[in-house]
Amino acid sequence: MRLDYYMIRVIKDRIALGLVFLSLLLALIPLFSIVYEVFLRGASAISIEFFTQPTPTVGEKGGGIANAIQGTLITIALASLIGVPIGLMSGIFLSEYSEHRLSRLVRFFNDVLNGIPSIIIGVFAYTLIVLSIGFSVTAAAFALAIIMIPIVSRTTEEAMKLVPLSIREAAIALGIPRWKTVTTVVLKGARKAIVTGILLGVARIAGESAPVLVTMGYWRWWFEGLDRPTANLALNVFIFGISPFENWIMLAWGSALVLIMLVLGINVFVKAYVWRGY
Amino acid sequence: MAPKFEIENLNAWFGAKQVLKNINMKIEEKSVTAIIGPSGCGKTTFIRCLNRMHELTPGARVSGKVLFDGVDIYGKGVDPVIIRRKIGMVFQKPNPFPMMSIYDNVAAGLKLNGVKDRKILDTVVRRSLELAGLWDEVKDDLKRSGASLSGGQQQRLCIARALAIEPEVLLMDEPCSALDPISTSKIELLIRQLAKDYTIVIVTHNIQQAARVSDYTAFFYLGELIEYGPTKQIFESPKNELTEKYITGEFG
Ligand SMILES: Nc1ncnc2c1ncn2[C@@H]1O[C@H](COP(=O)(O)OP(=O)(O)O)[C@@H](O)[C@H]1O
Ligand SMILES: [Mg+2]
Repeated sequence: MRLDYYMIRVIKDRIALGLVFLSLLLALIPLFSIVYEVFLRGASAISIEFFTQPTPTVGEKGGGIANAIQGTLITIALASLIGVPIGLMSGIFLSEYSEHRLSRLVRFFNDVLNGIPSIIIGVFAYTLIVLSIGFSVTAAAFALAIIMIPIVSRTTEEAMKLVPLSIREAAIALGIPRWKTVTTVVLKGARKAIVTGILLGVARIAGESAPVLVTMGYWRWWFEGLDRPTANLALNVFIFGISPFENWIMLAWGSALVLIMLVLGINVFVKAYVWRGY
Repeated sequence: MAPKFEIENLNAWFGAKQVLKNINMKIEEKSVTAIIGPSGCGKTTFIRCLNRMHELTPGARVSGKVLFDGVDIYGKGVDPVIIRRKIGMVFQKPNPFPMMSIYDNVAAGLKLNGVKDRKILDTVVRRSLELAGLWDEVKDDLKRSGASLSGGQQQRLCIARALAIEPEVLLMDEPCSALDPISTSKIELLIRQLAKDYTIVIVTHNIQQAARVSDYTAFFYLGELIEYGPTKQIFESPKNELTEKYITGEFG
């Protein structure tokens, strides 16, 4: 009698475990097939030219994505320059001054920003910046920064909150003012998790295409200035991918591969960085 | 000798709950005062009122006076940050700064208050570690993480860190409760030595420890100061029945 009951539980357990594995497989198959396909097709696009030449025009043979790599790096850098400090400050504020009147408002804005589709943020940047200075790196970076802010803010807040009270009290008992305690001792304790959050934010915006399209448009030449558009990897994938030219489609696969490697690289770097200290 | 602290009608609350009731006592300079009493009687709260740490807990409140060298630390215009530089604290659980080396842990108080001169820092770090009886054990390895030390060493590191900013008082909240007997006796010895130059207030759960290290003993019970006097007198001829019961181990 008791054994039967036990057997039923074992069978239930097995079935549940089986279902879990099945769903894991279902989730992994598309992921692996995408990565596999991109690697396979992208690899054939790769050559020295691919990394040194700008994108070709219609009918032109060869060409590369050097300008898109350049443009993407510049755009991400500028976006981070705007987004990281704001996200960082907002996260520190939310974690350390949660009793402040404004903290509810800041948290609300963060949550709202987090939930807005990136294309809407692109449109917002369009009305605010493109309409005054035109399609440009600045406009795209502004949109990407807004996407980045809630990510950085949230991870910073969580990381700061994990620093134990005893550490803060140790600093305060040494007669260190509160803001200095926060900006040195607490921030130092949370450093790793914060850097992780920032890099994950960078990885996230590296692959954004919609907000870039509305703020910068498609540009096939080299970087010409922050008030001008520049080329972009994610847009390469989008624009070239739907073009009728075989040569361009190949460059789209190549761009996708570089993008995946960039994001993967950032993730691996983060993992290595986080693991190193433990 | 003038008392270092004169505590007058001190009350403390957590929210609506009163945990210290009308405490009046004087703490002598350059002596060791032990605070004893059963768990939850308000010992930690009491010493946290002496360096204005109590008020950091949300909802916590204090009334009354704490005269430090004759000046009320709860008076108008008194900056708690300055007070805390003169009144150091060692916590129940060793809490070295986790991402810092031994050197940086000891130098933290000075560095964060703007001292940059390497020579001064080197001297202070060495002197503080010597005072805390840790120098010989760590002098070859000052770059090591403070968190990598043993529990007893960590606690002495915390003592060194507190001493580095040259306080006049050291508040210690059950500094040995997380330590083994050997580390405990080292710290007890240290307390006796430090008492030559510092005023020490030590909370302890361990009655024998109070008897060993202190000059004066205060017995707290349910937020009230039941009896206070020279340690010898408290242990040999307590006036209050509760005190007697507590030190003979009948409850606690
Ligand atoms: N952060 C807090 N919030 C609310 N009550 C607290 C807090 N800390 C301590 N208390 C209460 O205050 C009383 C005194 O605590 P404490 O000073 O820590 O006692 P002791 O150090 O003698 O064990 C206890 O009843 C305890 O439950
Ligand atoms: Mg306590």
